[in-house]
Amino acid sequence: MSNPLLSVRDLHTTFDTDDGTVRAVDGVSFDVDAGETVCLVGESGSGKTVACESITKLIPTPPGEIAAGEVRFDGEDLTSLPDKQLTEYRGGRIGHVFQNPQGALDPVYTVGDQLVEAIRLHRDVPKSAARERAHSLLDRVGIGDVEDRIDDYPHQFSGGMKQRVVVAMALACDPDLLIADEPTTALDVTIQAQVLRLLDELQDERGMAMLFVTHDLGVVAEIADRVVVMYAGKVMETGDVYQVFENPSHPYTKALLECLPGRGRALETIGGTLPDPTDPPDGCRFHPRCPHAVPACEDGDQPAFEDVGGSHQASCVLYGADYDEPELAEANDD
Amino acid sequence: MTDDPLLAVRDLKKHYPVRSGLLRRVTGQVKAVDGISFEVREGETVGLVGESGCGKSTTATSVLRLEEPTAGDVYFEGDDITAYDDDEQKRFRRRAQMVFQDPNSAFDPRMTVGESVAEPLAIHGLRDDDRQAEIVSDILERVGLSADDADRYPHEFSGGQKQRIALARALILNPDLLVADEPVSALDVSVQAEILSLLDDLQSELGLSMLLISHDLGVVREVCDRVGVMYLGEMVEVAPTEELFANPQHPYTEALLASIPEPDPRSRGEAVELTGDVPDPSNPPSGCSFHTRCPRVVPPEDFEFPDGSFRQVLDFRLAAENGDVDTDALAGDTALREEFGLPSSLPDPDAESVLAAAISDAASGDVEAAADRLADAFPTVCERTDPELVDTEAGHPAACHLHDAASEHAPPELTNPQD
Repeated sequence: MSNPLLSVRDLHTTFDTDDGTVRAVDGVSFDVDAGETVCLVGESGSGKTVACESITKLIPTPPGEIAAGEVRFDGEDLTSLPDKQLTEYRGGRIGHVFQNPQGALDPVYTVGDQLVEAIRLHRDVPKSAARERAHSLLDRVGIGDVEDRIDDYPHQFSGGMKQRVVVAMALACDPDLLIADEPTTALDVTIQAQVLRLLDELQDERGMAMLFVTHDLGVVAEIADRVVVMYAGKVMETGDVYQVFENPSHPYTKALLECLPGRGRALETIGGTLPDPTDPPDGCRFHPRCPHAVPACEDGDQPAFEDVGGSHQASCVLYGADYDEPELAEANDD
Repeated sequence: MTDDPLLAVRDLKKHYPVRSGLLRRVTGQVKAVDGISFEVREGETVGLVGESGCGKSTTATSVLRLEEPTAGDVYFEGDDITAYDDDEQKRFRRRAQMVFQDPNSAFDPRMTVGESVAEPLAIHGLRDDDRQAEIVSDILERVGLSADDADRYPHEFSGGQKQRIALARALILNPDLLVADEPVSALDVSVQAEILSLLDDLQSELGLSMLLISHDLGVVREVCDRVGVMYLGEMVEVAPTEELFANPQHPYTEALLASIPEPDPRSRGEAVELTGDVPDPSNPPSGCSFHTRCPRVVPPEDFEFPDGSFRQVLDFRLAAENGDVDTDALAGDTALREEFGLPSSLPDPDAESVLAAAISDAASGDVEAAADRLADAFPTVCERTDPELVDTEAGHPAACHLHDAASEHAPPELTNPQD
């Protein structure tokens, strides 16, 4: 069995705040295979972004800290690497695309200069060669008439075009893994469709893996191979995209799918709010809001993962061996 | 229609001057809203949708006269609000309220929630503290919070709760019209669902009329009775919500609907993709402003273009006009055809000879000549004339040349416009 490209094991990322320690990511494990697209889904505050940023230690320390766990990228444990070596991964073998393209570009440099800088940071090439590469990257991500636009400043580009520039920059050093954190959330739906198409094509061309963070289940259905559903710092369910959408198993995943607006039927709301991150509930993190909660949900740790078919797993007592069958059947009917 | 609608907007325009140079002379106009008309009847929820920059929010603020419209009229119960004096305006503001997108910036952080919510009461003359407190507790409970929350500060609430408070403040004067500008865009999907159901409940309880602005067609479908689709400051289609979703009549509406990612992995990749960005509103395209991106642009009547190939020809021409054809990188006819997705030859020999000549113009470096040649030979009605919002066979109006009545150039069947 070959090793996954990225393997996150039991990752704990905490932040010290005045109100106590926030366990933003609290024992998260997932893998990304080479060439695969994995989506991290969840509401804001579920820890998806922190999980992503922990991979290359982009979280501000202090107050943040990777308290425990392992991030193996191509066999190397990134959590134990010194900053200097990490820099080779950041923007080198691991590219990042952030949510807000405006914030990701420096307003006082032209996009060409910024791309050249990104390339030369990781590759020992002359400026002219780097500029040529910047040119071809911009051309590839669909910036028309690159010759005219390479010396433009970020404010001269529209939101969608800026995100294309950011994608070009993330691709500058041919990464093996692209981490995209809500890359289309700030864009209009028509432009979102264009950027998703572009990412898909680029991934096919380059065989790179993608870790994609989003709260939009529509986007997940569009691009994911596998899905990791997070809630309050924990993984609730993982599985391939068809399993998760066609047979959502964790009550949280079901609830998320139910509350999508505009599907021509009555909206189901989840009710309640995310738990206090400094003092999460015992047992399953979702039990205070869960319509199927039973007393067993309220004690101990997050339930262990149970197989619900193939590689599809859910962290819910409903699927535990010692759970009563009839109620399980009823819960599934909902 | 027999009765006056609660709100009637007629040919509303809002243009912003563009100033430049040392003397800040007006050098152009951004036509944010350019002649739109619609109505909101009593108890009805009307949605306005479109991409960013299409003028939805400007419409909302102009309708409430938070900004002075450049032209056009807004009638509230038959009275023209643009002619109101200060007193009348204050009375109108009491009856028409607004909720904004970002609940985090909608409150003064130093005022308690109770003070913020009660402020409109004081402004409109109710200054008795006990009465105020009573009304505030009542309205807070109505939006799903508790009366005790009045003494807390905005930062103690989550985004969804703050949006409930914003609703409470908007509803405390018992308005007839609520204008909600992207009320759920800043919220998580689970919280969105809560606020949308709350809006729905409140509306039926209070008999409110609502104008809802959103870029999210899912949200609009959830709460609106009718929907207007806007593009570059113009209304391109108006229809009852379910009709719009089932039977869109404007190609832009179709494209917008098709770009929503479906939460179903089996329907992947079926989206129709719109090319390009929204054009610059200070210099909108002539004719139908959507013709630069429209997948169903009407081909010239003298030639035959197979399925959609006129779109590529037009894309090539537009790129040539904007100087976006890089003749150094794309040497030769074949490379040019490939870049713009043009077929190796068009089936209509007359059309092909024009296209071939234009391509060899471009290949030899004279991009302008190529653009001129194509513009002369292939005029399209979409570029020449601005389509009117007219009733379509589907029973609701759309502004598209595909629906020109008994037109000689427009094929009547939308489903197969190339025949």
